[in-house]
Amino acid sequence: MKSYEIVIIGGGPAGLAAALAAKESGVGSILILERDRELGGILNQCIHNGFGLHTFKEELTGPEYAYRFIEKVLEQKIEYKLNTMVMDITQSKIVTYMNRTEGMVHIQAKAIILAMGCRERPRGALNIPGFRPAGIFSAGTAQRLVNMEGYMPGREVVILGSGDIGLIMARRMTLEGAHVKVVAEIMPYSGGLKRNIVQCLDDFGIPLRLSHTIVDIRGVERVEGVTIAQVDEHMKPVPGTEEDYDCDTILLSVGLIPENELSNKINVQMNAVTSGPVVNESLETNVEGVFACGNVLHVHDLVDYVSEEAALAGKNAAKYVLGKFSGQENSAHTITLEAVDGVRYTVPKTVNIGRMEDTVKVRFRVGNVFKDSYVSVYYDDERVLHRKKIIMAPGEMEDITLDRKKLLGYPDLKKITVKIEKE
Amino acid sequence: MEKRELICIGCPLGCMITVDMQDGKVVKVTGNTCPRGEKYAVKEVTCPTRIVTSSVRVSGGDIHVLSVKTREAVPKEKIFDCANALKTVKVAAPVRIGDIILKDAAGTGIPFVATKNVKFRSSL
Amino acid sequence: MYDVVIIGAGVTGCCIARELSRYQLNACVVEKGDDVASGTSKANSGVIHSGFDAKPGSLMAKLNVEGNALLWKLAEELDFPVKKNGALVVATDEEEVKHLELLLDQARQNGVPGVRILSREEVMNMEPNLTDKTVAALYAPTGGVIDPFNLAIAMGENANVNGVEFRFETEVLQIRKKNGKYELETNHGTIETKCVVNAAGVYADKFHNMVSEEKIHITARKGEYLLFDKTVGDLFTASVFPVPGKMGKGILIAPTVHGNLYVGPTANDVEDKESTNTTQDILQVLTEKAKANHLSKRVIPMNKVITSFAGLRAHQDKHDFIVQEVPDAEYFFDAAGIESPGLTSSPAIGVMMAKMVSEKLKLKEKTGFVSARKGVLKPEKLTDEERNELIKKNPAYGNIICRCEMITEGEIVDAIHRPLGAKSMDSIKRRTRAGMGRCQAGFCTPRTMEILSRELRIDMTEITKKGGGSRLVVGKTKEL
Repeated sequence: MKSYEIVIIGGGPAGLAAALAAKESGVGSILILERDRELGGILNQCIHNGFGLHTFKEELTGPEYAYRFIEKVLEQKIEYKLNTMVMDITQSKIVTYMNRTEGMVHIQAKAIILAMGCRERPRGALNIPGFRPAGIFSAGTAQRLVNMEGYMPGREVVILGSGDIGLIMARRMTLEGAHVKVVAEIMPYSGGLKRNIVQCLDDFGIPLRLSHTIVDIRGVERVEGVTIAQVDEHMKPVPGTEEDYDCDTILLSVGLIPENELSNKINVQMNAVTSGPVVNESLETNVEGVFACGNVLHVHDLVDYVSEEAALAGKNAAKYVLGKFSGQENSAHTITLEAVDGVRYTVPKTVNIGRMEDTVKVRFRVGNVFKDSYVSVYYDDERVLHRKKIIMAPGEMEDITLDRKKLLGYPDLKKITVKIEKE
Repeated sequence: MEKRELICIGCPLGCMITVDMQDGKVVKVTGNTCPRGEKYAVKEVTCPTRIVTSSVRVSGGDIHVLSVKTREAVPKEKIFDCANALKTVKVAAPVRIGDIILKDAAGTGIPFVATKNVKFRSSL
Repeated sequence: MYDVVIIGAGVTGCCIARELSRYQLNACVVEKGDDVASGTSKANSGVIHSGFDAKPGSLMAKLNVEGNALLWKLAEELDFPVKKNGALVVATDEEEVKHLELLLDQARQNGVPGVRILSREEVMNMEPNLTDKTVAALYAPTGGVIDPFNLAIAMGENANVNGVEFRFETEVLQIRKKNGKYELETNHGTIETKCVVNAAGVYADKFHNMVSEEKIHITARKGEYLLFDKTVGDLFTASVFPVPGKMGKGILIAPTVHGNLYVGPTANDVEDKESTNTTQDILQVLTEKAKANHLSKRVIPMNKVITSFAGLRAHQDKHDFIVQEVPDAEYFFDAAGIESPGLTSSPAIGVMMAKMVSEKLKLKEKTGFVSARKGVLKPEKLTDEERNELIKKNPAYGNIICRCEMITEGEIVDAIHRPLGAKSMDSIKRRTRAGMGRCQAGFCTPRTMEILSRELRIDMTEITKKGGGSRLVVGKTKEL
């Protein structure tokens, strides 16, 4: 059986950044396994601009952003396999992959980095009633069809969900000559970036109906129309508010779910809120030597953060295989992070002071729109951070930074609590 | 006096900004929370611009569709003209990121450039 | 002119076609959908009923028990998935236990093998996730689950291999008796035949009433379902039924043959025989039922729903199957009112109908009838070595197209090129399961379209979801 020091599952932005960081940290044998026909992942279908403002201080399109990383992976001669599906992984880190030329292959990894990304929630998950005709696509599928295959899913479009992909596709379809009639969003606020609301909807006069959802889909063969209705505070449609739209296409942009089928095979402990693994300060799961980063860990808003996080996972996986996590460091005490009062989760979930870098970024999302509120951090019962934010919204990730030196001053600390406070 | 209302895109706050204008010049900006809002509003009412991203078909390459963008932002009212200008464009592989695909997008003087590399199709 | 034309390529029509294909005859199945099993046969519980539920003495009871016995052998012969997981009717109070006694008595009268009443302890050992309120349960060991599409597909393919012609997207508009033969007017011209077999599901009354003065009436009884992810498929091993009520066997919670879990069906009579839509109110009822299911100890997580669907049962007013030569229309045969347990009974209906028709037409058995069929090759069932051999011979088996169900390009190509091959996305889905997983074809749609386009040599824009006007894309970019 062939062996690698690090096997990275997924060659999207997370996998690429993780590979580069691991290489820079001195790991020789790295293998990236990618199921698509090229590296870069979903960025290849995100042909719009707006990527990389944080990382490269310029506005790139998805393929351009991806290529910045692909280029380095090629320069570094990091091994990768395309059109290759990982079929299985085991707790002893045997990875089974399959492709057309090699068939089923088992390889031994010292460390595994999970970077499989996420998938879109389908119609079924929302239980939208009505017929099941052709013409209902998740926004990402439509995006692939338009941007990578060159086909138009439809002419008259209604979009459910105001996630960024849906908004981006509203503009994209419009520029290709389709007519986007309305975007319905079940929540009272948009799930997408303000910038996308303005530049993808307002620029083209596409209405956004907040607190609205689809209650019926018509058409036996191809979509012929939808009915949308307003929802009450329990998200139940309000009778009498129904509006009919004739259309031939429905795009769904109703959320992303980390793709953790493989993680589940080795019983990685999962976080019910993120649907991704529970990880420590090194982005390591409860299965030793198995790391996670990018959208498989938790769904991100900006790819820049994916790259940053993945680089950390790559660096730590390198430390792990090079034997730099050991003895004393591992036995140092572990602090648990708790997310309460408006904070939905934190990544990481635990911090081992012996293993952490000088600083560790803790990312989280809030569960509602908060204006003029405070992000507060408590070390046990002592409030150590109280930072005012004009606005926080579920669509945007927030972070705080933990400082190792400061934590060393609290030798008995058991729990760090992150919460949103009004005052 | 003319009033223009717009939503700031600087952050999720999405301030409702009102711009007072006289003879095409900005007189007053209100409703913004921070200086970025004012800067955005002035630009947006005097010369709003956008980068247009789209795709064209490519022949002989390892992929069939090539993504492109206007190298710089174009006037907002030219968005559709720019997008439509690509309808007749044909590109042959190979292509490198940054290659000019259309020299002048709809009279803006700004070119469309490739945002992806396309290699020759190696074999079928 | 045909000897026999069968109207409808649902599971009933396909089973009849297969049994008739044992004889020397010129037969044809006409179907308005683009594939077999595109009506009632594609949207049902996929349960193999043991036969305790049907009224003793009814044709339903007889054919159910016979069909059940036939299915297990057919599954081997024609290579389609079944599982004998057993059926349980769970009583949660003494009143319901009395009903179990009645069912047990019925089971004996119907000749259902092995049915018995289990004590609370016995049944809880068998199904630890049953509610603590469980008092007793009726257990039918011959209950099972089946892939409903693949029974029809297997029967249809086998009939086709044995010489039965299939005409899809062909809708019968009118039937006339003329000069001792029947003329079927369709959207693709007129078809002449000596004999007609009406297996038209919810429309069987329409065709029957065209030729007979003794009218029958069939109501479309809608059943809606919630289908759950495989990760919750281990809730129960057996198919778990509540004690039955007036409208049928009630809403059950059961594993599918592929390991998903489903909750359903509801039962609502509807006017429109095309209304295979799910409805907001009923989905709400189902969701509440699933959440507060009184037969499950474990809460069924609603975020594991992957899809919902509806099917129409062909409910005949007298609630029994009609398998007959129509008394006032010689050479016109009905297989009508085939509602639950129709799927289980279909092989027996096929045998019964073939006997009637062959006797009527004095058909002779043919030599060289091919009785076996191989299903779509499933690489997942092979060892690694076998799989690698396969990939070496045909690299398409090394290329995963549907990541949820791990379906390869090889399987999809097989589904396209076999007898009665798949022509649309749904027909590929039913043959291979590509697109049937938790992402519901989000990932594999563009990939499967490419394969269909390549293999059938048709443009991407001509690919449909399920034939007719169900095209997936409307044109190329830059062309609108």
